[in-house]
Amino acid sequence: MSELLAMADRVVARAKPGEQVEAYVSRDLETEVRVYEGELEHFVSAQSEGIGIRIIRDGRTGFAYAGTLDVSAIAEVLAEARDNVEFGTHDEWVGLAEPDGVDVVAQELWNESLAACAADSKIQFAKELERLTLGVDPRIRVEDSSYADVAVESAVASTTGVRRSGRENGCYVSVGTLATEGDETQSGFGFSVGRSPAEFDLAKAAREASDRATRLLGATKPVSKRVTVVLDPYVTAMFLGVISSTLNGEAVAKGRSLFKDRMDENVANPLVTLVDDPTNPLAYTATEIDGEGLAARRNVLIADGVLRSFVHNAYSARRVGTRSTGNAVRGGFKGTPGVGCMALQLQPGTRDQPALIADIDDGVLVQSVQGLHSGVNSISGDFSVGASGMLITNGAIGAPIREFTIASTLQRMLLDVAEIGNDVDWLPMQAAGVSLVIRDVTLSGA
Amino acid sequence: MIEQDVLQRVLASAVRTGADFAEVYAEDKRSTSVALDDGRVEQVTSGRDRGAGIRVVKGDTTGFAHTADLSEAGLNAAAQAAATAASQGDGVTRTIALNRSADRVVSPVSKYPDEVRKADKVAILQCIDDTARSAGAAVVQVSAGYGDSRKHILIANTDGVLATDEQVRTLVRVMVVVDGDSGMQTGYQSAGHTMGFELFDKVDVDALARDAARQAITKLKARPAPSGALPVVIKQGSGGVLFHEACGHGLEADAIAKGASVYRGKVGQLVASPLVTLVDDGTMTGEWGAIAFDDEGHASQYNVLIENGVLTDYMWDYLRARNEGRPQSGNGRRQSYQHLPMVRMTNTYVLNGADEPDDIVRATDYGVFVAKLGGGSVDPATGDFVFGMTEAYLIEDGEITEPLREGNLIGNGPQVLSDIDLLGNDFAMGNPGTCGKDGQGVPVGDGQPTLRVKSMTIGGTAA
Repeated sequence: MSELLAMADRVVARAKPGEQVEAYVSRDLETEVRVYEGELEHFVSAQSEGIGIRIIRDGRTGFAYAGTLDVSAIAEVLAEARDNVEFGTHDEWVGLAEPDGVDVVAQELWNESLAACAADSKIQFAKELERLTLGVDPRIRVEDSSYADVAVESAVASTTGVRRSGRENGCYVSVGTLATEGDETQSGFGFSVGRSPAEFDLAKAAREASDRATRLLGATKPVSKRVTVVLDPYVTAMFLGVISSTLNGEAVAKGRSLFKDRMDENVANPLVTLVDDPTNPLAYTATEIDGEGLAARRNVLIADGVLRSFVHNAYSARRVGTRSTGNAVRGGFKGTPGVGCMALQLQPGTRDQPALIADIDDGVLVQSVQGLHSGVNSISGDFSVGASGMLITNGAIGAPIREFTIASTLQRMLLDVAEIGNDVDWLPMQAAGVSLVIRDVTLSGA
Repeated sequence: MIEQDVLQRVLASAVRTGADFAEVYAEDKRSTSVALDDGRVEQVTSGRDRGAGIRVVKGDTTGFAHTADLSEAGLNAAAQAAATAASQGDGVTRTIALNRSADRVVSPVSKYPDEVRKADKVAILQCIDDTARSAGAAVVQVSAGYGDSRKHILIANTDGVLATDEQVRTLVRVMVVVDGDSGMQTGYQSAGHTMGFELFDKVDVDALARDAARQAITKLKARPAPSGALPVVIKQGSGGVLFHEACGHGLEADAIAKGASVYRGKVGQLVASPLVTLVDDGTMTGEWGAIAFDDEGHASQYNVLIENGVLTDYMWDYLRARNEGRPQSGNGRRQSYQHLPMVRMTNTYVLNGADEPDDIVRATDYGVFVAKLGGGSVDPATGDFVFGMTEAYLIEDGEITEPLREGNLIGNGPQVLSDIDLLGNDFAMGNPGTCGKDGQGVPVGDGQPTLRVKSMTIGGTAA
């Protein structure tokens, strides 16, 4: 039995009559390597561990955590969590998750070859990526080239009968570039992810990092107009991340979702089928269990444009009279589980990005966006982001453009989807990327 | 936290393989947070974080490891891991003598939050909830948060630096959701200072709650923001983030060193309107970014970055300043003992100009008045930056008229700095912020008087 699960069990065994107790214990081992101009700039080797304890009594919740697994610290955390219960407000829906009989879809989340990877080879991956990137184009400089990996071992146990433990690891390389011509500099980035370094495609990461920067050289500010936009797969993944907060069951229960009264209605173009599926092994965020220890599962959120489901944890599900969809998400031991999508994917279309672009007379290929956290309000639906990319004229990619915004509302953008590409890209994010064409977006520039 | 002789031995062991520099950063932090949502106190959370990060530098290579074990054995294990990562050489014995810096208080604390009853902290949020909900029938949801932390830090390095500091911060925030014919809108307010529970002697939480509700209710009548380039007037104390993004990040020495900043090689040159004097000031008592010592053990300072439009200096971390043979600026900061320090801002603000704020609006025929900004971000290499407007109005014929829906503004740092054509005399600091860089968040403050940028692109949808 896992050492961490035994630790969680010991905490749960100390529950007093009338208490629900949940213990979440985790230990992470992270490596980060950064190289610059062929030399190792830094090597970070970091192990952290900790415990979070949630106690519920009479419908009231208390929580405490500590960044250590020291026995005396754990006793202190338990006492603090118990004390904190006194200050919670009674909430009839509060309660820990209960095992629901849904079977775990077993996955290979642990890679032994990554766990055994030597420090020197990690440094070599970053050096090799820098070398390849510099070789793509003479105008390219590399700002930093990095390798990172993380291995997480965790366990959760509760008085309601949840007992789970597991471990997973993963790694990625990334490179930031600067392309310079005359007085002008543009920046770009590229990355590659894998369960082990064997899955890296360094050449692709290098090429993308170079192209993203060099393509923007000579970019000008476009004039304001209404256009059709093609979102690059990476940008689509960021967009789906925003959409996901409108499908959050807790936001629905608390009246903060703009789709709260729209179940079974058309909320998107019929081309749109949106699925959250952490059981898909291709997803970077694939997992076996959610943050409360229930089996992760496939949920269809929007089918052919019709809203079919929100995502829930145990609490939000109870409040709206349904069952948890296995979407409790937990940001480590320092907090209680919230609700969130885990591995979103738009059902892909049939054509690649060049074919999508060939049909557009006047549009913009959006290569990157800026300010998703500052200009997008997922409650009102207002959407406005800074962007850079390329003009599309008569079906062909034209001049680079920058320092403009694209704006619409989330509600309209879903309805204005004109086509979805077939170029699914599994990114180190909670959503998969795919090219996405959206009509009638306002471009603001000069 | 750790005895001086232990520090000396750990540092000596960290450089035994021939490294040039080693540093111990230890931290012990206790925090409390309270979350109120949907009319209920959902949870009180208590947290404890304690550990040390050890950095070993040889040449241009840094090794870093951290541990939650502050015993000599735990520190030595981390020191060895960091030393191995940085260098693999042979036995050198150095004796480390530490010179303890005199204690320094920038932000005195009168009510330590860990000595305040939890019930009093909860009561603050209940008061906010009541006030916000009584602001009008349109209010459909209120969420509020309280957070405090008391953090002791200790920094020692092989150059003899030994400094300790205690940092106490307290923050409160509220978000109000209203519903109307045009859909839902949100309002947000927050207050946070480097001080204890006396924050609530200084901040009127009822006024905070009323203001968040007022913003949201006002936006129910908002029309889509314009699309395109217009003059923008930014209200006092709401637009410091503009400078944080337009030039702050570009003035950090790490971006300069790698040629990833539009401000490289520009010291002594005019980089902004002559109206602009920009300061980064870690010594500003009680402000969210105030520190007595930075996270590399150097006293915080008042640093003038731009004076009357001319770039005077960058911000520095310890090793880059040391390599350049220049004085420290006190800008080496990190999120926690689990992170390497980087060049970071503290409180970044623009000094007063001479204009009356009302005159600035009156001088504008058609434009946008931004009363509250959200976050922002920048690409320092190009200088292109965005920031969100969460409360804004049209200016028509020199008058503030209709409210506008939310959106981003976009501009280019050097261009926007030189386009500042009016600067008010009503300086105010803004809301507490968290600056993110390379995955690390640190508390920062910003501020400015009312000002006008003669042209910026507004990312709305209206023609």
